[in-house]
Amino acid sequence: MSMRGANLLTLEGMSRESLLDVLDTAESFFEVNQRTVKKVPALKGRVVASLFFEESTRTRLSFETAAKRLGADVVSLAVASSSVKKGESLRDTIATIDALGLDAVVLRHRSSGAALQVSRYVPHVRVINAGDGQHQHPTQGLLDAFTVRQLLAERHGAMGSETGSSLFEGLRVLIVGDIRHSRVARSDIAAYSALGAEVRVAAPGTLLPNSLEGWPVTVATDFDEALAWADVVGLLRLQHERGSGSYVPSLSEFTSTFGLTSERISLLKPEAIVMHPGPMNRGVEIDSLVADLPQSVITRQVANGVPVRMAVLYLSLAEKKENA
Amino acid sequence: MTQHEERQDRQRGLAFVVKSQLLTADDVSRAMKRMAHEVIERNQGLEQLSVVGIQRGGLAIAEQLAATLSAIGQVAVPVSALDVTYYRDDIGAHPLKDAAMTTLRDDLTNRTVVLTGRTIRAALAALADWGRPTAVQLAVLVDRGHRELPIRPDYVGKNLPTALSETVRATLDGVWLGTGVSS
Repeated sequence: MSMRGANLLTLEGMSRESLLDVLDTAESFFEVNQRTVKKVPALKGRVVASLFFEESTRTRLSFETAAKRLGADVVSLAVASSSVKKGESLRDTIATIDALGLDAVVLRHRSSGAALQVSRYVPHVRVINAGDGQHQHPTQGLLDAFTVRQLLAERHGAMGSETGSSLFEGLRVLIVGDIRHSRVARSDIAAYSALGAEVRVAAPGTLLPNSLEGWPVTVATDFDEALAWADVVGLLRLQHERGSGSYVPSLSEFTSTFGLTSERISLLKPEAIVMHPGPMNRGVEIDSLVADLPQSVITRQVANGVPVRMAVLYLSLAEKKENA
Repeated sequence: MTQHEERQDRQRGLAFVVKSQLLTADDVSRAMKRMAHEVIERNQGLEQLSVVGIQRGGLAIAEQLAATLSAIGQVAVPVSALDVTYYRDDIGAHPLKDAAMTTLRDDLTNRTVVLTGRTIRAALAALADWGRPTAVQLAVLVDRGHRELPIRPDYVGKNLPTALSETVRATLDGVWLGTGVSS
């Protein structure tokens, strides 16, 4: 399944070749973002609708920035002040926006599978999933992989695109926290494992999915030992809006058993990379001091969101469907 | 061959099949030296000059031209690569090509730019994002004619009348006429 000329609904089942295609394209857009004029006319005249039915700071800003830097026009629906509040259905809202004429929809929704559903409503429009319920957040998985490859390639004095997937071979990735509710975890795991990394998850039993059958991961039995094992530590936000709080006895209990505290940071390898997709609950899954350490690459993740989303929009929209 | 290289090969389409060699490496070298002298003559000095090679074929030619200019003029002439993939006016008409790296970093305001290579309209649009050069001059190793826009080179290595169905592979090692996709 290639991204070219296609929707981006999930990273599950995406081949290593297709993932690398996005990462390599993102690298050329990373260079565009270093220029004084950070804009190219590649999607001039295309219309991208940004529909966020759930709150977002990073993803929405970075998708809209990405679309604008490709020369596309952005139609943005502020859901809180729209007819959705009067009870208009998702289908009718999409039909209304489609009637205005658009080429792509960037969709965030609280329901798993919403992006797939929208792609059926408007088959002539490219649908980019910006997070659907507990299912997937594909561009987060892509930008996390892009950030890891960029950091590792820099240590070798190389461009990420020169290294292909070689730096992921045998890379040890530990994903910690609310795996159960996390679409980021699902997309990260799909991306890292397809690229050749070894993925472990660490969480209280209540915050793991009911079954890990079919997941290309192992469960870490000892969190402290897993921290010493890992090259990359991906933290997840405890999702209060999905009721995560009731899955742990107390927040401080969670922090003391699975939080990346200042005491635990000494267990990490010196070159280990600490990631968090944001927004952070400082003092819960990550200590505030740890979040600001040099091995935390959280702001780099945010910055890389723009070139990665430019690559996704470009590959999806610039390629005609019959070429793909 | 990695999957990535295979993908790039597929994108390039049909392989180039040589019909005949038009210029040898020596011919190319002489043409480049003559073009360098023409650039110096026309610009009365090289201090304000930048050479920009259009990815991918133009880069090697731009580097050679800048090296020749530097040697003759005893001045370091900067050379950069410009990729115009995202500036093309036919995006979507063909399968997407992978973009190559752009290394252009300078502010081009008040400089004179010598472009080498093809896809000049896209390159002119791209260059405007790096400032407002005093002049943009175009140097090509091979001029095939077949003009579709009112853009002509200022410096020509060799005029080669060809059919549109034919392909020219122009490198520092020589110039060949053939069919298929060259770069």
